[in-house]
Amino acid sequence: MALEKIEHIEGKGVYVQGNDIDTDRIIPARFMKCVTFDGLGEFLFYDVRKDDQGNDKEHPLNESRFSEASILISNANFGCGSSREHAPQALYRYGFRAIIAESFAEIFFGNCCGLGVPCAVASHEDINKITDIIDSDPSTEIKLDIVDSTVSVGDLVVSVEIPQAAKDALTHGRWDPIAELQEAEQDVDELVNHLGYLD
Amino acid sequence: MAKNLFQKVWDAHAVRELSNGQTQLLIGTHLIHEVTSPQAFGMLRDLGIKVKYPERTFATVDHIVPTDQREEPFSDPLADAMIKELAKNAEEFGVTYFDLGSGKQGVVHVVGPEQGITQPGTTIACGDSHTATHGAFGAIAFGIGTTQVRDVLATQTMSLGKLKVRRINVEGQLKPGVYAKDVALHIIGLLGAKGGIGYAYEYGGSLFDSFSMEERMTVCNMSIEGGARCGYVNPDQKTFDYLKGRPYSPSDENWDEAVEKWKSFASDSDCEYDDTVNISADDIAPTVTWGVSPDQGFSIEGLIPDPKVEENENDRLSIQEAVDYMKLEPGNPIKGTKIDVAFLGSCTNGRLSDFREVAKFLKGHKVSEGVKAIAVPGSQIVDLMAKKEGIDKIFSEAGFEWRGAGCSMCLAMNPDKLVGDQLCASSSNRNFKGRQGSPTGRTVLMSPVMVAAAAVNGHISDAREVFSL
Repeated sequence: MALEKIEHIEGKGVYVQGNDIDTDRIIPARFMKCVTFDGLGEFLFYDVRKDDQGNDKEHPLNESRFSEASILISNANFGCGSSREHAPQALYRYGFRAIIAESFAEIFFGNCCGLGVPCAVASHEDINKITDIIDSDPSTEIKLDIVDSTVSVGDLVVSVEIPQAAKDALTHGRWDPIAELQEAEQDVDELVNHLGYLD
Repeated sequence: MAKNLFQKVWDAHAVRELSNGQTQLLIGTHLIHEVTSPQAFGMLRDLGIKVKYPERTFATVDHIVPTDQREEPFSDPLADAMIKELAKNAEEFGVTYFDLGSGKQGVVHVVGPEQGITQPGTTIACGDSHTATHGAFGAIAFGIGTTQVRDVLATQTMSLGKLKVRRINVEGQLKPGVYAKDVALHIIGLLGAKGGIGYAYEYGGSLFDSFSMEERMTVCNMSIEGGARCGYVNPDQKTFDYLKGRPYSPSDENWDEAVEKWKSFASDSDCEYDDTVNISADDIAPTVTWGVSPDQGFSIEGLIPDPKVEENENDRLSIQEAVDYMKLEPGNPIKGTKIDVAFLGSCTNGRLSDFREVAKFLKGHKVSEGVKAIAVPGSQIVDLMAKKEGIDKIFSEAGFEWRGAGCSMCLAMNPDKLVGDQLCASSSNRNFKGRQGSPTGRTVLMSPVMVAAAAVNGHISDAREVFSL
């Protein structure tokens, strides 16, 4: 099955401020009692968005002016903690197609890439510039260009970092590696035997 | 060329380079559990493929299993459905399943070593970020997401970029009342929650040489809290002694050959590292967290930080957010903070040695009135062995509830949860907001003996004073 070649993502942005936003915060564990990922979008950031009665709390995702956002912006070490893919799945199913942050936790980054959700690293200063623009005008279009490693927001163009492997995988439509992994079956069998895993 | 263990294991398991420049890495052992595997099995069904090596795949149930009610059907229908799904998948795909009736069930990272499945020089993956625990045996063990669980089920490999290696030397011996958990929290505090991004941590030095396998597991377990995807200790005689005679360990006739092979994976004495950090064991105190990230910790003597005096804006905001959430007063000592719940267990500190150590001091003490205290063995085997030694009775007589094996209140997917803004003295690994099941619940991480001291006093305490250590 041919995958989409993801060269750029365009959309409106929303800023969820904070360092070390962990995957428990992105999707609390109690919502992982499910055998499919369907419906997880509803519970994204649940405990910081809703009070114990289920009413909205103050949170950027609850602001109507950001309701069309498809690019999430945050700070350092985004997605740390639990390896749960439920976190990127919830972001994707809520409608996010790209994330820009100061840094990403590694497992989260890999999980996003496998879903075709690019994660781009921008400097603290550039994050501030981008979020100032979208705060004053949430309708501003953001373009993440994966080929050029840039983010354009209105007149602002800043460089971002996307590791080469992720860049290649996304732009060549190979972000889901399963087909390529399956090709090497014979080599895998030989290595399994050679290393004595079946002894 | 001299290599470290990570490089040797990586090179031995590299199948080939993929078109994205990453490595297709063979995963020798795949561990699965009920929460992150059902979607992966669903994807296999959609693709019409089988598990490539069911004999290298091992399942158990830990994340959502109740620790009091142990008979199916469970009162939570969603949990019941997930456990049934795992049983069905294990059966259909021919995977070994350590279920509740097996006597071998438990937290996946306790079960692997206990069964001798975890071995030096191997690669291990599991859909759980604490998979680094297995690194205590000189294995390279990765926590992975569900799509990667699918990749490993389908191909026994995954796509991965090579990590750098940071050597963390800890020299000397721990003072009385200081434990492996304190070493883990100390390292995370020193290097930060994101300090390990891009690295595997190799733990060594005279302290790790002297550590038992269970102490090594505690430190490797929390590598991810420091941002490192893997952590490991080089295999030595203690590793081999631990593994000897376990169900999945090599048989007597193959033993010597296996040990020789395992030894060959240890880091060469003249190998290089991408970074080295030196720590003196003398500098490590009984450590507790005060915030909402595992790197927000300090000695039990510490005072709650004041965001107002923090010059760096980013840090000021993080401290403010943490003290607000934790409802702690800047400048006050953490010692004396009232607790509501004491939790002893988890893949970090739910092994026999953890309960043994606490039992030594708990005898003759009582849990403070109003504190709910639970002790959750990491596996059915830990439970059985603790009972043989009468440890469960010491806990029960002190006022702890002795429960069945599982992850329990570490992530609170089962009925063991904090209520409202209860504060929990916890031997687990994460103090994130809402981690222990209540959106406003508060967690203070510490060693098992410190949890017992807090339980006895009803407030966060220095175990050295409470138990005259």
